[in-house]
Amino acid sequence: MTLTLSTQDQDMLRGGSGPATKMAMSIVARMAQVSGARELLDISGAHIDSTVYIGEAGLEFAERLAGMGAKVSVPTSLNVSGLDEHHWQEWAVPSDWARQAYRQMVAYQSMGTVPTWTCAPYQTGMRPSFGQQIAWGESNAIVFANSVLGARTERYPDLFDICCAITGRAPAIGLHLTENRAGQLLFRLIDIPKSLHESDDFYPVLGNLIGTATLDKIPVIDGMLVQPDEDQLKAFGAGTASSGGVAMFHMVGITPEAPTLAEAFHGNAPLQTIDITMDMLRESRRELTHTDSDQLHMVVLGSPHFSLAEFKRLAPMLLGKQKHPDVKFLVTSSRAMTQLAQKAGFVDPLFAFGAQITVDTCILTSPMLPLEIQNLMTNSAKFAYYAPGLLAKQIVFGSLEDCVRSAVAGRIMRDESRWLG
Amino acid sequence: MAGLTLQGRVIIQGEARGSALVSGEPLSFWGGYDWKTGEIIDRRHMLSGAIAKDKILAVPFTRGSSTTTAVLLEAIRAGTAPAAIITTDVDFFFALASVVADELYTTPLPLIALAEQDFAQLKTDDEVQITNNGTVLITR
Repeated sequence: MTLTLSTQDQDMLRGGSGPATKMAMSIVARMAQVSGARELLDISGAHIDSTVYIGEAGLEFAERLAGMGAKVSVPTSLNVSGLDEHHWQEWAVPSDWARQAYRQMVAYQSMGTVPTWTCAPYQTGMRPSFGQQIAWGESNAIVFANSVLGARTERYPDLFDICCAITGRAPAIGLHLTENRAGQLLFRLIDIPKSLHESDDFYPVLGNLIGTATLDKIPVIDGMLVQPDEDQLKAFGAGTASSGGVAMFHMVGITPEAPTLAEAFHGNAPLQTIDITMDMLRESRRELTHTDSDQLHMVVLGSPHFSLAEFKRLAPMLLGKQKHPDVKFLVTSSRAMTQLAQKAGFVDPLFAFGAQITVDTCILTSPMLPLEIQNLMTNSAKFAYYAPGLLAKQIVFGSLEDCVRSAVAGRIMRDESRWLG
Repeated sequence: MAGLTLQGRVIIQGEARGSALVSGEPLSFWGGYDWKTGEIIDRRHMLSGAIAKDKILAVPFTRGSSTTTAVLLEAIRAGTAPAAIITTDVDFFFALASVVADELYTTPLPLIALAEQDFAQLKTDDEVQITNNGTVLITR
């Protein structure tokens, strides 16, 4: 298959739009070739995951582009960065690390992007619409945009998202194209009690299970007994994109490209049908916990970033309570959501409880946790998946209620009743 | 010593030689690869604890985080990357790290895709040589 570039693409490649666009187009075109694209297509939005500071090479890449005067050509939101720009000093972030991470923030901000600094850009004003062609990085954002919103992005990595944003072009491959958006594997929920469908912690557990079983295919979930809310779908998607490489799922009767089972599969037969039982769910829930200890140093919520609705749900659960003095209680969110929550009165109860809020970043992308914090509790499958490897911390998964109860008690407490069923 | 020659598809051209580190399980480099040491750190992965630096790493494809590319790019710059990576198909995340390493440092990482049945013949500790035209020579 050969790649045909438009006249405008070729002009960018020759440097007609400046050296930064030339480098970006060179990368887009080479990757289009590698991935077998016949052409590039126009995008009208981008989300940049490259903002996450990893080390010198990523910073050199950002500063090379910025130094050549790179500007994005489509509305572009920014993912989490390496630090909470205004509050990093309250944590264990080393100052030279902070300087580097900050340089990376400045570089990406200089390109005309919107400094949303969030891994949940779909819960900001930069939410793409149904059918919109976009180039998004950040695995949880990709799966949400494709599945829940019906926008179209391939599973793009760091460093590529920004090249698409600068050129306004992306390879015409994968999930950009209708024919590649059909479901492939069928997961049927069998005899799972409705009370579990109604529980928040069902979604990350189900996501972890389906991600593990699906890997890079498109799963279709049939048999939902309730209409999950947006934050439940967010938690589910983030789980599938951590334990697997899922970039899109269909939930029959719930997500926009799956009004019926047949439509989810574009009329094809599933490659495989897997019935999900309570035993499988229990096993998936066990997998998300990495220690038998009931010791607790910190509760961490907000992966992906806490939404306004989640602040609203959490606030009344904390009223009249105090966290245990030996336990930290952290919520990570975006600046925008935190300010809205503040205005709505959902933040004061958090502070009264003894909670802290971190914005712009998260525990996985900022070296913010002091050494003495070893045992974490979370309601996020994504945190539970990555924390042991990235942070070398022990983690226990629980529901939001479990997390609050444990923070008050100062040790891990989990309500097992809904999982016995 | 036995020899085996497999023909792969060149994703990013290059020559490499090293001992193989093989898993049928996909891997995320973010949270899965320590670019300061080259250790596989995904504690749920079968290669957890293995050092992939200078090895011929064979994993079918990447899973999870979009930050995998950035981590591999750091490893290439720091000299802690595998000598080459073998997958079962084009892996966009690995390929991009290699293309960007070429743009920034002119040090692309060789990437080869093998058909699944050929990939299945690779074993950890095989001595593997990769040539410019995608041939994978194995001695064990």
